[in-house]
Amino acid sequence: MDAIILQILNGLDKGSAYALIALGLTLIFGTLGVVNFAHGALFMIGAFCAVTVQRILTLSVETIDETRTDFLGNPLKVKTPYVENWFGPEVGAAIIDWSVPIAILFSIPIMLLIGFVMERGLIKHFYKRPHADQILVTFGLAIVLQEVIKYFYGANPIPTPAPDMFSGSIDLGVLVGFDVNAIIYPYWRLIYFAFAALIIGGVFAFLQFTTFGMVVRAGMADRETVGLLGINIDRRFTIMFGIAAAVAGLAGVMYTPINPPNYHMGMDFLVLSFVVVVVGGMGSLPGAVLAGFLLGILESFASTTWATTTIPGINQIIIYLVAIIVLLTRPRGLMGRKGVMED
Amino acid sequence: MMGMNNKDATLFLIVIVLTLLAPFILNPFPTDSAMAQFNAGYPDLMQRFVIFGIFAIGFNILFGLTGYLSFGHAAFLGVGSYSAVWIFKLFTYNVIPAIGLAVVLAGLFALLIGYVSLRRSGIYFSILTLAFAQMSFALAYSVLSNPKFNLTNGETGLQVYADDPQMFHGPNLPDLPHLFGLSMRANHQMSVGAWDFNFNVGYYVCAVIMILAFYLAIRIFRSPFGMMLRAVKSNNTRMTYTGLNARPYALAAFVISGMYAGLAGGLMASVDPLAGAERMQWTASGEVVLMTILGGAGTLIGPILGAGFIKYFENIFSKINESVLHSWFSFLPDGLEDVIVAMVYPFVGKGWHLTLGMLFMLVVIFLPGGLVEGGQRVMKLFGKKKSGSGAKEKSTQSTPAE
Repeated sequence: MDAIILQILNGLDKGSAYALIALGLTLIFGTLGVVNFAHGALFMIGAFCAVTVQRILTLSVETIDETRTDFLGNPLKVKTPYVENWFGPEVGAAIIDWSVPIAILFSIPIMLLIGFVMERGLIKHFYKRPHADQILVTFGLAIVLQEVIKYFYGANPIPTPAPDMFSGSIDLGVLVGFDVNAIIYPYWRLIYFAFAALIIGGVFAFLQFTTFGMVVRAGMADRETVGLLGINIDRRFTIMFGIAAAVAGLAGVMYTPINPPNYHMGMDFLVLSFVVVVVGGMGSLPGAVLAGFLLGILESFASTTWATTTIPGINQIIIYLVAIIVLLTRPRGLMGRKGVMED
Repeated sequence: MMGMNNKDATLFLIVIVLTLLAPFILNPFPTDSAMAQFNAGYPDLMQRFVIFGIFAIGFNILFGLTGYLSFGHAAFLGVGSYSAVWIFKLFTYNVIPAIGLAVVLAGLFALLIGYVSLRRSGIYFSILTLAFAQMSFALAYSVLSNPKFNLTNGETGLQVYADDPQMFHGPNLPDLPHLFGLSMRANHQMSVGAWDFNFNVGYYVCAVIMILAFYLAIRIFRSPFGMMLRAVKSNNTRMTYTGLNARPYALAAFVISGMYAGLAGGLMASVDPLAGAERMQWTASGEVVLMTILGGAGTLIGPILGAGFIKYFENIFSKINESVLHSWFSFLPDGLEDVIVAMVYPFVGKGWHLTLGMLFMLVVIFLPGGLVEGGQRVMKLFGKKKSGSGAKEKSTQSTPAE
């Protein structure tokens, strides 16, 4: 029992990332009808926002401490980050420690901006072109973004730790009455899941309970009619693109402590997120979220020793297998609607 | 001639001449000169030109004619490579059975994947093929390389070891892939004045096969079957309403292009008896998409041009480093030189993929017909009123870059 719960929990963090990326993909697809192959790159850029914030915060001034010497006997050079000079050592250290949460604030405007620029500058011109062209141009864009990041940050993963406070693990099992050490779970993954749930809830609430969201939903159902009613639906869809980009970016920022970001992390997640979208049903927001968590949990079950000894490497292919089975038996996906991308 | 109209026959002849004379055409600069780094006439690169040419020709039969954008073609290339290497390991180093098995197995694999993927079209199809290819990659990389059942040798890659059975390996045959005793690595270097020209058996085997593959592609393009494939692309619904089932046609195209990919994979293993899982990764599938689009999807010569273009510049750009740049721009005043070098540097050397990505975006945005369409536009600009035969003129104009 506790092993099952542990695997479900283990699946949640990856599942959260899948769900967030798939949610953004579906938002873009549902509103603009564009398949965004660059969405993984947005996730990656989000992660590198966290790296950038960390680097900015740790910018240091070098001073020479005459009282101490290094092992060669020269006066010791001490690097002090600027923030420690400005706010005092303790507050400064705390700020640096909290660089990932701070990066969230920093990344939202940046991701929104990138989203707007991408939509207005590039994708806008591709609405009338075939889907294949949309795929190709966003694929090209993904390559470019990835290479730019690689140029500036190098090819190696960059460790970006979570705040010290959350670096340990929590013994969840004790809280619900299992043995000690039965269910150990890192704090940050728990936070990641809570954060993902918050964002997903926020997006759904935004679409469901605001006038803006209502108009967007109307536009998703029938863009032309909404346009005829004198509503500038294009502008709203652009904003939705920005929001989708921000969701992907935030997913990336928060993912950095779990896995150090490198330049191709976006592509790795993108392929799986597409599978998630297809399994969930193209154009269905709840479907994308549901499929994201389901596949994440499934993957974690397939990674158990029991599964990998029975069928070696099952964890590598389980998601694709499930996707193929789902598409063959339910071609529209789990929650796909009729009439979306039927031809 | 041979079932082709005059235009196609001319194009075909041009391709034959260019491929067979490639060792001369690709080596225009004397070996000692500073420009020698732009020479492409060495065996390894020439082999890559024709092998990727075959791959792209095959991909174009699917994408160019039916419009189904597959993101998983590298899987067939990988299957071809693995099956060829297995023939080398178990039976003989002769390339003919290896290539044969590569084509057949890749075809069967394509039949399986195509049968499932073609149940959906458009984006679903792209994503399904992508998923299949990634699954094949994962299978090859880890699942099928466990100690109990080692089919692919995982990360190391499949290669021929001294203790492999090689049942039909004769005593006086070379210990490398060969064509009835003629080693694929055999190379004849001809020195004419300051020039060195390389004639490589591996290259000529691949080149002859590419010419055959190209001929087959021409025939497919001009056949009633090719017409049906175009109908799938232009209006699938109408085709269905006239009582034709589009799926068998699309499936046939998928299998044919899968076999082309398998052929390319088999040849790749033939010139270098090694097969690795990274050949199946989806970036490799993306590469053939880039080649086809860049050259011009749906045209005969486009894919070959695209493959040659990408492989040539990949090779040349990767060689350029900072000191080469400095030597180029050394005629400029010092400050300006540094600025220009700093501006160009991100796009060359390791930054080649950045240039490729940008180029690809520009082509998709402004020139959906690729290099071929570009050539046609240039031709029109110069007032030649033969726009109908643009593909042919294009080939005369830019194949040397191959």
